[in-house]
Amino acid sequence: MVAAKTMPGPKLSNEEILRYSRHLIMPEVGMDGQLKLKQARVLLIGAGGLGAPLGLYLAAAGVGRLGLVDFDVVDFTNLQRQVTFGTSDVGRPKLAAARERLSSLNPGIEIVPHEARLTSANALELFRDYDIIADGTDNFPTRYLVNDACVLLGKPNVYGSIFRFEGQATIFGAPDGPCYRCLYPEPPPPGLVPSCADGGVLGVLPGIVGSIQALETLKLILGSGDLLVGRLLLFDALGMRFRELKLRKNPDCPLCGEHRTITSLIDYDEFCGIRGADSAVPGPAVPEITPRELKARLDRSDDVFILDVREPHEYQICNLNGYLLPLGDLPRRAHELDSSREIVAHCRSGKRSAEAVEFLRKAGFRKIWNLKGGILAWSEEVDPSVPKY
Amino acid sequence: MPVKVMIPTPLRPYASKQSSVAFEARTVREALGSLTVQFSELRKHLYTDEGKLRSFVNVYVNDDDIRYLQHEDTQIKDGDTISIIPSIAGG
Repeated sequence: MVAAKTMPGPKLSNEEILRYSRHLIMPEVGMDGQLKLKQARVLLIGAGGLGAPLGLYLAAAGVGRLGLVDFDVVDFTNLQRQVTFGTSDVGRPKLAAARERLSSLNPGIEIVPHEARLTSANALELFRDYDIIADGTDNFPTRYLVNDACVLLGKPNVYGSIFRFEGQATIFGAPDGPCYRCLYPEPPPPGLVPSCADGGVLGVLPGIVGSIQALETLKLILGSGDLLVGRLLLFDALGMRFRELKLRKNPDCPLCGEHRTITSLIDYDEFCGIRGADSAVPGPAVPEITPRELKARLDRSDDVFILDVREPHEYQICNLNGYLLPLGDLPRRAHELDSSREIVAHCRSGKRSAEAVEFLRKAGFRKIWNLKGGILAWSEEVDPSVPKY
Repeated sequence: MPVKVMIPTPLRPYASKQSSVAFEARTVREALGSLTVQFSELRKHLYTDEGKLRSFVNVYVNDDDIRYLQHEDTQIKDGDTISIIPSIAGG
């Protein structure tokens, strides 16, 4: 530490000294710490809900180089939680908007956009130029990819993930620390754990979890404090409770254990049971009816029973005057339905109702169809006055 | 021994939306057994067809992973909390 002070190296300008004054006057950061931040190179995977506080706080703190990986475009549904973006950014690439916002927050740092989908082909090369990776992605294949690439390169992975009103955070891939595969050797089957798009997320939650990731990233750079290594932090926003679970390095881990079987990146879509390039999970193959066909039948006053398998709070947003019977209640309430009538089941996008149709067909219903694309497609193709959500 | 089983958000739809349930049990196996008897829909999410706990579901007794205790044979003391922690991936 003393030697570092006398070595010729980067210095802070007077503007930087003023900007980082509240860091510099703390002995835990000080000039040495601020120079470490200036020399640090952090790669953020995902510029979404978690990426927003990560990007904003790390840029504000003076992390010298911030890489951003994303390939998405800002849409209206992002604005409820992705505070990097404003309404006027809707339709723009996330990276262009984020770069602008972060550069305006701190023009003295380097923002490096990597506008690409992170894949097994580009991950190692991308990660090589960075010291720390912060994982704020929204899907299992990328989570495993980030983890494996970090372990193979020996770089820490500051992890955060969210679902509805629950969050998890930890640091994987620290020296002698556990990795994501030590915690979860395998991903859940596709469709079991819904994404934020399907399950919803409380807008402030990524703000809190992403801020925890930003904090741990700073501590990693500064080399101070007790790091969130070997501990899984759980946050329950509704109960307003933080809990901590012990996280151990698994000696049998195929990636970081004693007998490693994974020594290079693999096909993560395949590993997570997702076929093809599209990460959308195909529902069960069931008989379908398109919104236009259904409209034509209703216009002819055909006797069609519309079954809405969404939740009551979704019914309040918009509905097709259907009979509300949430998918989760179907097994014990199926007797409410008349199998002699023609039934069209629908949900928001067609995924849950496909499960409902499959379930009911197994229960003996024969005249039942799934509304293709759900109420979203109905709004698109038949009645634009029905709001999309 | 009364033991509290915490049910995580993603699995609550299969458990009448409850966040925790209390059971009398001496081991983790007994507690999860009672849980999946009361909520039969939970069973396929927690166990494989061969009856093994699924690998994306971790079970903790208090703050310890049962994989590093005695797995499902882990003994439970009065007032212990069993937590089911599935992986989540939202960002």
